[in-house]
Amino acid sequence: MRIVGYVPDAGLQRLIERCIADPDIHDVVLTTEEEGIALIVGAALGGQRGALLMQSSGVGNCVNMFSLVRGFGVPCLVVVTMRGEAGEFNPWQVPMGSITNDVLGLTGCRTYRVETAADVDRLVGAGCDHAFDNRAAVAIVLAQQLIGPKQWTRE
Amino acid sequence: MTRFVTDPNDAPRIDRRDFVRALLEDRGGLIVVSGLGSSTYDVAAAGDHPLNVYQWGGMGGTLMIGLGLALAQPQRRVAVVTGDGDALMGLGSLATIGVQQPENLSIVVLDNGVYGETGMQLSHTSAGVDLVGVSAACRFAQSSTVTRLSDATMVRVLLHEGRGPILVRVRIATTDVSRVLPTRDGHELRQRFATALRLPSRPNDPIPPRD
Repeated sequence: MRIVGYVPDAGLQRLIERCIADPDIHDVVLTTEEEGIALIVGAALGGQRGALLMQSSGVGNCVNMFSLVRGFGVPCLVVVTMRGEAGEFNPWQVPMGSITNDVLGLTGCRTYRVETAADVDRLVGAGCDHAFDNRAAVAIVLAQQLIGPKQWTRE
Repeated sequence: MTRFVTDPNDAPRIDRRDFVRALLEDRGGLIVVSGLGSSTYDVAAAGDHPLNVYQWGGMGGTLMIGLGLALAQPQRRVAVVTGDGDALMGLGSLATIGVQQPENLSIVVLDNGVYGETGMQLSHTSAGVDLVGVSAACRFAQSSTVTRLSDATMVRVLLHEGRGPILVRVRIATTDVSRVLPTRDGHELRQRFATALRLPSRPNDPIPPRD
């Protein structure tokens, strides 16, 4: 992976930090998630693998930009951390969280949902293979239970 | 009611087709990404080329496709040719590009202050919203407006040699020009682009040396 775009999310914090620390990865902080779709489409056209990291609310921001992925037929790998699932403190996260999976399907993404830490390696590997072997759009969806609910108070 | 201001010093006068044609003369290995609508027709009218990446969708994404290409192909120069509407829809991209500071990326905004493809409705730039100022504030290395066709020669040098990120706003006339339509087959565009770049068939395989 050479180019990683992201809109920060607490659940992705360590992954983002590792991308920033990796000298072989261009880490690209975005103002909004759809920028990242266009970014990795450009990277793919230029022969480099890219991935996009976002929270589930960002999936809604990307909808039209997925046209580029279909149009050019390039691989697209998106890692999505879920909000709005069981245990969510903030009800405003629920509307988008509850339709994230359907929206991804409608845009043509094949979804790999990860529920437990033991499945991360296998499913992320399978998702990457599918995306890059078949020039496909793939979303790795990390269930909220995997990350744990957002902590609203500092201990 | 929206108030649009007219600045007599900022009168649109450049013919877009003439400017883009002059801009892309002797382009060599320059990669050109064109925005959805009129900019794509302008780039196609200047001469179809395998290193053209035409957009037929994803309005607002052209600048970021340019950034992705600039990062993936650091040894190449990348020029985005797009309109004010597309640049406005991707305004945050200017901030993102400002963080990345790609030295090989230039953005040419063909600014007529209207949405030409949809019936000439006035855009934000017609109300004085200043894309050059925004890009400068986003830490672009160079930002300027050009108002004469003869400036194309200077902008062309910038695209090939200037230190990016660069944004040039071209004050084009609002005339409605004929549509020059390149292929709408994105897979064909991708494949011929990869062939022109001599890309390996799979991403991240070593890129063969250039002749």
